[in-house]
Amino acid sequence: MAHAVAEHSHAHEAHESHESLKVLGFWIFIVTDILIFGTLFACYAVLHTHTNGGPGAKELFEMPGVIAETFILLTSSFTSGLAMLAMHKGKVKQLISWLAVTAILGAVFIGLELKEFILLVEEGHKISSNAFLSSFYTLVGTHGLHVSIGLVWMIALMIQLARRGVTEVTKRKVTNLSLYWHFLDVIWIFVFTVVYLMGVM
Amino acid sequence: MSQHQTGHEHAEGHGSLKSYVLGFIFSIVLTIIPLVIVMNGLLNKTQTVITIMIMAILQLIVQLFFFMHIREGEKPRWNVMTLIVGVIIVFTVVAGSIWIMSFNSTVQ
Amino acid sequence: MWENIKEFASTFFVTGDPLIYGADVAIVLTSIAIVFVLTYFKKWKWLWTEWITTVDHKKIGIMYLIASLLMLFRGGVDALLMRTQLALPNMKFLQADHYNAVFTTHGTIMILFMAMPLMFALFNLVVPLQLGARDVAYPFLNSMSFWLFLMGAMLFNLSFVIGGSPDAGWLSYPPLSELSHSPGVGQNFYIWGIQISGIGSLATGINFLVTILKMRAPGMKMMKMPLFSWSVLSSSIMIIFAFPILTVTLALLFLDRFLGAHFFTMDMGGNPMMYVNLIWMWGHPEVYIVVIPAFGIFSEVVATFSKKKIFGYKSMVFSMMLISIVSFFTWVHHFFTMGSSANVNVFFAISTMVIGIPTGVKIFNWLFTMFRGRITISQPMLWTLGFIPCFVVGGATGVMLAVAPADYQYHNSYFLIAHFHQVLIGGVVFGYLAGMYYWWPKVFGFKLNDRLGKWAFWLWNIGFYVCFMPQYALGFMGMTRRLYTYGSDTGWDLGWAPLNMVSTVGAFLMGLGFIFQVWQISYSIKNGERDLTGDPWGGRTLEWSIPSPAPMYNFAVEPHVTTDDAWWKVKEDREKGIKPAPVKLEPIHMPKNSAIPFIMSVCWFVAGFGFVFDWMWMAIPGLVGVGICLLARSFSYDTDYYIPVDEIERTEAALRGRTV
Repeated sequence: MAHAVAEHSHAHEAHESHESLKVLGFWIFIVTDILIFGTLFACYAVLHTHTNGGPGAKELFEMPGVIAETFILLTSSFTSGLAMLAMHKGKVKQLISWLAVTAILGAVFIGLELKEFILLVEEGHKISSNAFLSSFYTLVGTHGLHVSIGLVWMIALMIQLARRGVTEVTKRKVTNLSLYWHFLDVIWIFVFTVVYLMGVM
Repeated sequence: MSQHQTGHEHAEGHGSLKSYVLGFIFSIVLTIIPLVIVMNGLLNKTQTVITIMIMAILQLIVQLFFFMHIREGEKPRWNVMTLIVGVIIVFTVVAGSIWIMSFNSTVQ
Repeated sequence: MWENIKEFASTFFVTGDPLIYGADVAIVLTSIAIVFVLTYFKKWKWLWTEWITTVDHKKIGIMYLIASLLMLFRGGVDALLMRTQLALPNMKFLQADHYNAVFTTHGTIMILFMAMPLMFALFNLVVPLQLGARDVAYPFLNSMSFWLFLMGAMLFNLSFVIGGSPDAGWLSYPPLSELSHSPGVGQNFYIWGIQISGIGSLATGINFLVTILKMRAPGMKMMKMPLFSWSVLSSSIMIIFAFPILTVTLALLFLDRFLGAHFFTMDMGGNPMMYVNLIWMWGHPEVYIVVIPAFGIFSEVVATFSKKKIFGYKSMVFSMMLISIVSFFTWVHHFFTMGSSANVNVFFAISTMVIGIPTGVKIFNWLFTMFRGRITISQPMLWTLGFIPCFVVGGATGVMLAVAPADYQYHNSYFLIAHFHQVLIGGVVFGYLAGMYYWWPKVFGFKLNDRLGKWAFWLWNIGFYVCFMPQYALGFMGMTRRLYTYGSDTGWDLGWAPLNMVSTVGAFLMGLGFIFQVWQISYSIKNGERDLTGDPWGGRTLEWSIPSPAPMYNFAVEPHVTTDDAWWKVKEDREKGIKPAPVKLEPIHMPKNSAIPFIMSVCWFVAGFGFVFDWMWMAIPGLVGVGICLLARSFSYDTDYYIPVDEIERTEAALRGRTV
């Protein structure tokens, strides 16, 4: 009996250190993702004046939608933090609800961004129009793609949480997801500043 | 291994409601300031760029400390070190590209 | 209908060249032979459970090794084709476009599909053993990295017989690689082959970084870690910061070709120079990514075969870490002639010269380690000794190239070709081969034959100088790279013929060296000296403390480390009669095999192939498959198990019984 208990606690410890290992790995993945966005920002910085005679940022961007997107994403970053708080208190239902709120905010963000893109394309400002628009769509679109993947991940996690509750494994997964979500918020702040604010300045 | 010792301390380490609310307020304020500056044209071009970049960086720091809890976790903090090197290299990539490609605008 | 099929087949398959028909036949015959052998010996299940679904770092390492040696063969054949074409003026061996394809695939394969996997093979085979760990940090991810690499490499190689090879140079500079100038599918193969394997490389970088930071045996402080592991750390750091840049650069090129974007086009505001700038931000660190682990190998080999502690351990560590950071600040020296401002060129010329200093430090450290050592000239040591002079010359010509104004003369000439082959063959290939010979007994349990190995070494080494020394001269005589023919009627004959002939002879000597190595390996599988001790060379680090080949859990008991050269210390203590305290065995936590990495990589392959041909009906299901695999992994919780103590006891008894 004592042997079994000892073995169990050993297993538990090994498991826990294994989960913290995965959080570190995910951090490093996020850093590599920062590099991805950094390179896209570099492209945007070099190419944003290359409009080939077409309209530039000042003429194209509609600020109200972008401002709404920004505050929505900021709020979702906050709500994903509240989800973390609920998780550390072990409250599964609360955790799932906060994640659901975060996901809905994320979906609204994506919807607004798509609307902006569709409007621009309908006016004839496509990714193939000039180098400025190529770099704009790619930078903002890559962020949007990340948010969309985050949404799928979030839904998958909510299902897992409902099935399994808060365990060492699901805790690690929610922690990683929430890191990812905060990171996307940070990236958006820079998109907002460099692309939109500096664009309409 | 060393990580076992710190593994059980995380009950207190994940921020409180207060820190999340505080972080949220800071980030809202740090978004509104540059917005007001730009939309109303309060400063000249260079000043605006510098101010709003500083605001963005402050925002990054707020998110790191209040939301991502970068101060926590076991030591040594490999994640923070990786992040710092990553940021340096991102800066190199962006600033380096602008500098190197600046010949382009002189040529054109 | 029949006409349509014929029409499709004639564009889908590459036609018109006897060499390619030969390759077609060879590929079909080899595939049939493999399928036949597997079926005849009833090995399909074995292949699936033991290899395809494995997450064991040692097996993954072996698969990387096999794949990279095959790629060395492919890239080597490309090289010999080129040297044959250039042996004499006005050769009619290869057509111009075929020559373009051959030099492109030679470069890409040698760097991305030969050097990288050979490096990952050694990472996998050695690092966990050196650190006293049971496996890498993320075994599942490790398996995924391998299969992504293999699928990427297969996709790239497929272009040889289907659709047409890429032919815009190994880095695929636009505007030549844009749709406007390369309308075929070759560039798409290039982009997707590298992109898919690049994801795997990035994951490997993260994996080994965390493995080294977190999985070391208790007591092994960072500064007690073997130098090869330090070099892997340095290389992993560069991988995680450099590969995302490559991913983005190729993705942008793909967007140009696929959606008509204008990042690097000549019109609509695009800027091809931005591509050159970005690709070298990856490309320069990449050079150090592959060479630093070679430095680590030399450090291990020199210490072991000089029977001495490495000289200047701290300076070695410091210089490797310094290189991994400074390597991100030198990229412009690949395009000094682009026309950036003088300030830019000055900055990068100086940073390039600076990075030579830590490299020089290492050379002296190796020399001082050998000084007054009891040196054994074994095969790994032979390659190390071959490396040192070769790399010194390569480094010196590198500093010549770093002088920006002078570079206007050397740029894109054969001088450059000779320089980078000297550092890549003399440094990387010699290094990895030294590593392969050094750790071969640990991996397979037998040594490689000495006599055949010496033949191979001398053929390689002499062949190298015969091949590349003339190319320095050819560069000064004005011969430019990527030139497919020269002769009096083209106005390009400036007396290059004799030196080119010599160079070709050298290339074939190296090819002969490779054949000797194949012979050596196949001979030694049967007749090689068995390693029964687990420590055939008198090693200093932990990998030599366990039986060869290592059991699946590596260490029955986690080693406790108190000093650097941990295994050497144990052996010294033994001689003094100090016996390690007996330890109790505990159940070992191991990851379960998984088929997801393989299936997911196949889905990537399908998606990549679809994108190459612009077949969305194929690409989209491929990507959906990738997504399903990721979700399947997320939903699987039964991913690991414990090896019970009695099973460990049985395995150890069997292994140690044999060794005592």
